Amino acid sequence: MTEIVMSQTPPILHGPSEKERKYDRQLRLWAASGQAALESANILLLNSGAGTVGAESLKNLVLPGIGRFAIYDEAEVSEADLGVNFFLDDSCLGKPRSQSLTELITELNPDVQGTWYPNEDVKTLDSLLSDSPVFTVIMYTHPIRPEQLSRIEAYGQQHKTPLVAIHSAGFYSYFQINLPGAFPIVDTHPDETATTDLRLLTPWPELVAFADELTRDIDGLDNYEHGHLPYVVILLHYLEKWKAAHDGEYPASYDEKIEFRKIVQDAARTNNPEGGEENFDEAAAAVLKTLVPPSLPSGLRKVFEYEHTDPVEQRSGFWLIADAVKQFYDKHKCLPLSGKVPDMKAQSKVYIRLQNIYKDKARKDAAEILQTVQAAPGGERVDPAEVDLFCKNAAFVKLINATGGGGDAKISKAERLRSAAARESVNHETAAPTFSPLSLLPIYLALQATAHHVDSPASADKILAAIAAQVPGAEKDERVVQAAEEVARAGGGELHNIAALTGGMVAQEMIKIITKQYIPIDNTCVFDGIWSRAHVLEL
Amino acid sequence: MASGEVHAASEAARWTYLDRVRTRPGPFTNLDSFNGSMVAQAMENMKILVIGAGGLGCEILKNLALSGFKDIHVIDMDTIDISNLNRQFLFRQSDVGKSKAEVAARFVEKRVKGVKITPHNCKIQDFDEDFYMQFQLIVCGLDSIEARRWINAMVVNMVDEDNEDSYKPLIDGGTEGFKGQARVIYPTVTSCIECQLDMHAPRAAVPLCTLASIPRQPEHCIEWAHVIAWDQEKPFPKLDKDDPEHITWLYQKALERAQEFNIPGVTYSLTQGVVKNIIPAIAATNSVIAAACCNEVLKIASNCAPPLGMPDANNYMMYSGNDSIYTYTFQPERKEDCPVCGNLARDLPVDPAWTLRELVESFAARPEAQLKTPSVRAEGKTLYMQSPPSLEAQTRRNLDKTLVELGLEEGQEIAVSDPAFATVIFRFKLKFKPS
Repeated sequence: MTEIVMSQTPPILHGPSEKERKYDRQLRLWAASGQAALESANILLLNSGAGTVGAESLKNLVLPGIGRFAIYDEAEVSEADLGVNFFLDDSCLGKPRSQSLTELITELNPDVQGTWYPNEDVKTLDSLLSDSPVFTVIMYTHPIRPEQLSRIEAYGQQHKTPLVAIHSAGFYSYFQINLPGAFPIVDTHPDETATTDLRLLTPWPELVAFADELTRDIDGLDNYEHGHLPYVVILLHYLEKWKAAHDGEYPASYDEKIEFRKIVQDAARTNNPEGGEENFDEAAAAVLKTLVPPSLPSGLRKVFEYEHTDPVEQRSGFWLIADAVKQFYDKHKCLPLSGKVPDMKAQSKVYIRLQNIYKDKARKDAAEILQTVQAAPGGERVDPAEVDLFCKNAAFVKLINATGGGGDAKISKAERLRSAAARESVNHETAAPTFSPLSLLPIYLALQATAHHVDSPASADKILAAIAAQVPGAEKDERVVQAAEEVARAGGGELHNIAALTGGMVAQEMIKIITKQYIPIDNTCVFDGIWSRAHVLEL
Repeated sequence: MASGEVHAASEAARWTYLDRVRTRPGPFTNLDSFNGSMVAQAMENMKILVIGAGGLGCEILKNLALSGFKDIHVIDMDTIDISNLNRQFLFRQSDVGKSKAEVAARFVEKRVKGVKITPHNCKIQDFDEDFYMQFQLIVCGLDSIEARRWINAMVVNMVDEDNEDSYKPLIDGGTEGFKGQARVIYPTVTSCIECQLDMHAPRAAVPLCTLASIPRQPEHCIEWAHVIAWDQEKPFPKLDKDDPEHITWLYQKALERAQEFNIPGVTYSLTQGVVKNIIPAIAATNSVIAAACCNEVLKIASNCAPPLGMPDANNYMMYSGNDSIYTYTFQPERKEDCPVCGNLARDLPVDPAWTLRELVESFAARPEAQLKTPSVRAEGKTLYMQSPPSLEAQTRRNLDKTLVELGLEEGQEIAVSDPAFATVIFRFKLKFKPS
């Protein structure tokens, strides 16, 4: 409804504010809503090890303007830090690393508040966690002491805080996102080329009447009118004709669609100066893409089939709307209309009328869903704007971590790792003959074998022994042996490039989680800097 | 090899982590080309050129300084704008208006002890072969395809088979939103940027008649204001896309037109985006792509691990972070008919009934050509020259003749040149096809 108001009252003419100018290049990606989410985020970095990947991740979050951050880091700045970490310099030697990092990182954006720990008032991780306002996301870097890790994990469970584990050593890295439950995303920003359902096989009365009005005398139209019929209207017209000749059935099989496409192509006028008609070309090109019976996209299917284990989660806005959309789908056998119409050759007035017919229908669908939502217990609290957004994006809604929040959480980490190893080794056998890229699980195994090597670097043999204890047999795999040797070469040290690259990927994912836009990884990303590629694994 | 032997004592401690990897072989190191004891010194002596001190360039300078390089040059003709500050982390509010190359160089020199960075506040075209010859490696963080093509043609032309030092590896990065790519070009060995040009096809332009008479989208109204209304009314002597007053004028015009046609969605931000062709950019993606480039630089310079671009190996990494994270690392084909690094004329399907004007204008949209001001010659005759003005006047009348009328034949070769790529002759072989 806001759209109507906007198109009638001209917006006040004013240029962008100072802040809009500074953030212009990112507002084009996540809009004011995403920016507001970032600005209210409070991030904790628990920094350890060589300490660069954490700083680089944070840099990429401070620049776009998160609200505030805290760094907990027990290290003092050493000479070795200066060869790998850009946010430390000679004057920092001997000072707490958390303090120096905080000072040089906050310099990047005066809008962001940063604090550092331990300090004179807050001396331990425990007191930091219990005395601070709740963190939005916590990042921690490996190697980490086991007792600190358990403390962070307990905090994550208690406060439902997403945790991001990061490990960068030599040419290798991985990071792993641990979300507190199922994580749905509505604003997924599908690719521009993703097709929107135009409901050409189930048109509603207003759309039928509109197409009929324009094509009633299609052969009597002058060349200009004929050459500017929107392709949606052309397809609806010839579909009606097809149905009349085929017992009321639409073209369904591939061959029938090809035959139908030929009919559309042949209906174009060629005795005009252009020798053809662009709108008929567009219509023919749209046949195979748009004449598809509505089906449930896999992302939304996952949402519909999700079984709740948490009653609080079940009453949240997203799930109430998802339930209502499911009822709508069961009843109408289609999703609510998005209201989007792709650009197509047409006269302005005709196109705008067509667009309004789609928007009106989308509004009605959304109103029906809103009604269902409001009738459900707790539904009166749901923001109608949230319903609108869901309806616009219904076909592209995604659910991340669908299993993590449920019963599967009881399966131990080691068990999961073993089943992942079995899965990846099967993939590995099929990868070679098909030239698919090889799994990067060996790198993950080698890195996480050193996850707690805080004080002394591990040798390749030690790494392999640790892997053998977790995933028996894996230590004999040649690729695992190579990965262990490569990790041993780094001796717990970071290469700045790999830390920066990983920090970039981590920041992208953090932004997706904080803004609830785009689609985060599910749930582990491994990077191989030797062959320059990433692999996302569900572990 | 202990790192203490290759550095001054204080340096050794500083480069502890880097030296573990670059001075000791790993399981993938090619031992024939690796000499751990020489690596640090060799890298210190290398001269590296960075092109661009923007989003990628800031990251690249930082990454190279922390990879052990000591002698770096950087070229950028731009000054700092407020909209750079969300990612170009070497710049502050107080730097707005200053030279990017100079501020970036000074900042990194101050932060990383012992690195020398020489800024050049000018265009890459201001330098000749002699200048580029002094570097061992060139790293590009550019936002313009044209500049990439220019430096690509330069490094390919510099190759002298008898001089090993004339092969300058070119490492190129690019980003858009959550996506990007990093590639390694070994001139005349791997495919070059020109070979890969069709992977970066220009966006199809909206037909003029849509803008003029049947707008449907807010972008159509903005393009109308930009292309048609501005020319008719000339509210200012010359359009400056960075002048808010000029953008406001276009916005207002576009808005009026949108209201006339009931088209929703014209905003100031969209107007600016369409007119300036703004590409969304964030720190995180630049961090990924610049680091992927510099990781290859480190490998090429040290041989401590196999770099991209080795014979029969991948040399292109595509990265996408919109939907999960996806990388695709592959080897684009080197093209025999590449106008820069190949030696064959490229087939050019044309309609013999086309006028020369249609042919000339078609080069802009053709993904493998993308030439905005082409001049065309055929064997023995000049068909159309954009300059000098006297020659343009003489050849202009050819523009309205058809290819047949000009005596062009199937299979005939034509030579196309464009001042943007002065050293390149684009050779095409006409392939007649009916429309």
